[in-house]
Amino acid sequence: MSKLIKIRKGYDIKLVGTAELKFGETPRVSHYALIPDDFSGVIPKLEAREGDKVQAGDVIFHSKVDSRIKFCSPVSGEIAEVVRGEKRKIMAIRIIAESETTYRDLGKANPSDLSREQVIEKVLSSGIWPTIQMRPYGRIASPDDKPRAIFISGMDTAPLAPDLNFALQGLENEFQTGIDALAKLTEGKVYLSLENGVSACPAFANAKGVEVNHFEGPHPAGNVGTQIHHLAPINKGEVVWTMKPQDVVMLGRLFSEGRYNASKVVALTGSEVEAPQYYHMVAGASIEGLVSSGIKGSNNRFISGNVLTGRNTGAKGYLGYYDTQLTVIPEGDQTEFLGWVLPGFGKFSLSKTFLTWMNPNKKFVLDTNMHGEERAFVVTGQYEKVFPFDIYPQQLIKAVMVRDIELMENLGIYEVTDEDFALCEVICTSKLPLQETVREGLDYMYKEMN
Amino acid sequence: MKFIQNILDKTRPAVTTGKLKPLYPLHNALETMMFVPDHTAHSGAHVRDSIDLKRTMVTVIFALVPAMIFGMWNTGYWHFTALGVESTLMENFLYGVQILLPMIIVTYAAGLGVEILFSYLRKHPVNEGFLVSGMLIPLIMPADIPLWMVAISTIFAVLIGKEVFGGTGMNILNPALTARAFAFFAYPSWMSGDQVWISGLKSGEGVVDGFSGATALGQYAAGSEAPAIGGQALDAYHAFIGQIPGSIGETSTLAILIGAIMLIASGIGSWKIMLSGVAGALTMGLIFNLVADYAISTDQQVYMALPFWQHLVYGGFAFGIVLMATDPVSAAQTEKGKWIYGFLTGIFCIMIRVFNPAFPEGVMLAILFMNVMAPLIDHYVIQANVKKRQKRAQLATANS
Repeated sequence: MSKLIKIRKGYDIKLVGTAELKFGETPRVSHYALIPDDFSGVIPKLEAREGDKVQAGDVIFHSKVDSRIKFCSPVSGEIAEVVRGEKRKIMAIRIIAESETTYRDLGKANPSDLSREQVIEKVLSSGIWPTIQMRPYGRIASPDDKPRAIFISGMDTAPLAPDLNFALQGLENEFQTGIDALAKLTEGKVYLSLENGVSACPAFANAKGVEVNHFEGPHPAGNVGTQIHHLAPINKGEVVWTMKPQDVVMLGRLFSEGRYNASKVVALTGSEVEAPQYYHMVAGASIEGLVSSGIKGSNNRFISGNVLTGRNTGAKGYLGYYDTQLTVIPEGDQTEFLGWVLPGFGKFSLSKTFLTWMNPNKKFVLDTNMHGEERAFVVTGQYEKVFPFDIYPQQLIKAVMVRDIELMENLGIYEVTDEDFALCEVICTSKLPLQETVREGLDYMYKEMN
Repeated sequence: MKFIQNILDKTRPAVTTGKLKPLYPLHNALETMMFVPDHTAHSGAHVRDSIDLKRTMVTVIFALVPAMIFGMWNTGYWHFTALGVESTLMENFLYGVQILLPMIIVTYAAGLGVEILFSYLRKHPVNEGFLVSGMLIPLIMPADIPLWMVAISTIFAVLIGKEVFGGTGMNILNPALTARAFAFFAYPSWMSGDQVWISGLKSGEGVVDGFSGATALGQYAAGSEAPAIGGQALDAYHAFIGQIPGSIGETSTLAILIGAIMLIASGIGSWKIMLSGVAGALTMGLIFNLVADYAISTDQQVYMALPFWQHLVYGGFAFGIVLMATDPVSAAQTEKGKWIYGFLTGIFCIMIRVFNPAFPEGVMLAILFMNVMAPLIDHYVIQANVKKRQKRAQLATANS
């Protein structure tokens, strides 16, 4: 039974630099990297050494907590360097790619012919398992869990987000195969949420074996957490899994091509990009070649992901494992004389204390300035405006701050992850690090409950 | 701008590493006041809203300006009326400036002094909360209160009302009202009665013979049906405009209404609290109107029969509900809770005003009382949400 759910609370931050619906020619990338910090809660245990030759799909490291969860090389080549930080923490594993990628053969199969255990086995061995996320806690799914349902969001409402209907053009078969595999993993339903009023690409429109629901409204309507909350909220003790559409395609390819093919469609966006458009890229690819030209200004922030949840990679960084978007915006490391008291025409703010509200359709060029210093909680009721959950966000944050497990549980921490608080963080008058706080709370809960 | 930056840069070593370390919070406060810092987002979202606490607070101060300007004029007007002297608009205004300006300076100096001290001890930057409190305190004091009382009340409010609870954002009571309550109980002869609301009356020098300065509400409480001073009626029209004696900033409902519009339009003040507060006051006033015939004394009967809507324009009700009850820290913090909190504030305000002859004005106590009750209201609102979630979980287990 398909539902139409309208999200009223939320906000679309209108930025300059939406990607044009066409593909640019991806420059040849020779450097790749796996970054353990992309994987929440994972402590890496290396299986490969510097100088090893690897194929795409060869295991580089596994999770210390669960050795079945493996992280594989997206390309073939040689491991150039294991970059370590403080206390020998592994920051990145850099790989120099060969010009032609060779793949480790993982064997083709039809997921419908396999048992649940066989599907899990295959996905675990391939390097694709980490794309399956679990809720609660917002981390990589545990192969031992039996998820109540699996949710896929077929819409991305984040600022400058790539158009998934464009990205999945021509990938009907792969997507369907991926869905078939997912259907094996849960006894419940596989949910696919689509944007209302937008004509879905064939991959979405023709998907079988999924329950399709439609959402409309501002961000975070496209966040899978919002959708779960409105379709079938998570109760204590339940586990659901989530996956992104492009990862479902990757999963499909594992079965139809028999290999770990981490190629995806990535949108290069942001006000500082001269020609924002789409590119075919492989997860972990160096962005250096892509952004070495065609970028305005010289003092920019390069983000793997969107401006709400992405990671600052720097101009020589790498595309994150989960990311399908690169955003380039100016850095905001300048002071502003009396900025807090002037009328502020054209300044971005949800509050009506700046006169910008008179021009609601304005598209902004936003920089990374904080526009103020961190303060104690003072203002109330502001998060609620952009937080479409039946949860008290400010009270939950406070419960996390004091590490009150029972209160966190009662206030609904199982239903959220850090990304659900991204908009709250943007508009926070007191400039509090909400996403970091929620992440700490989730990790703390995970440690206490497992 | 460059030269300001240069001064700040030059003095920075003295307060960071030099002998003047305790002044670092002051230096930092001045610096961030002149220049929005160059800090960039390091964790989480990479773009941020332009609003910060300074912007929020300055919006409230702007909303206070109409009441402040009118209060200055009104202070002068009643002063000269009591002396029986003809005065121009400008003379009235300048007299008020001369009364209010020293109070504002003393309040800021005393309050910020304590704030900066605690910022140094607790090693955090100065929070902007006091910018508003420091403006509110003079506006809710009688014109003739000695400056040292203002200073002591302010210090008490910041110290006991705020810092002992952990500082900005942690206080239970509204700091400005705490200052007023302290002054009220510590120096009652300066804060209540017929003599204190008009500047110059208490010293009595040159005052017209037989001139009484009782406020409209004071006169109602005493059983007068048509309050007046020196032949000038203190009717609802004059109360709405604000041409009545009272605390400096509280008299003009019109000026406060302008402030209320600014607060609601900017989204800084909670319209829910204001609206439900007005609704609560009207409800209570209406109830009193209906049962006025059963009053225990004739004095009280007069007060209870006061047309219910007139409660909105007299005394400190408007000022309290628009500018004090809406303080986000001491008010209820949940949206549902705000409705309840506002409504009860309105109810209690009129109830105290009418029933308790010792307090012809009930707003201050009503708001302070509801400040204390606000966490309780929030608790039950949040518990309802918790229960809903638990019920859903039970249902899910039952179905599986």
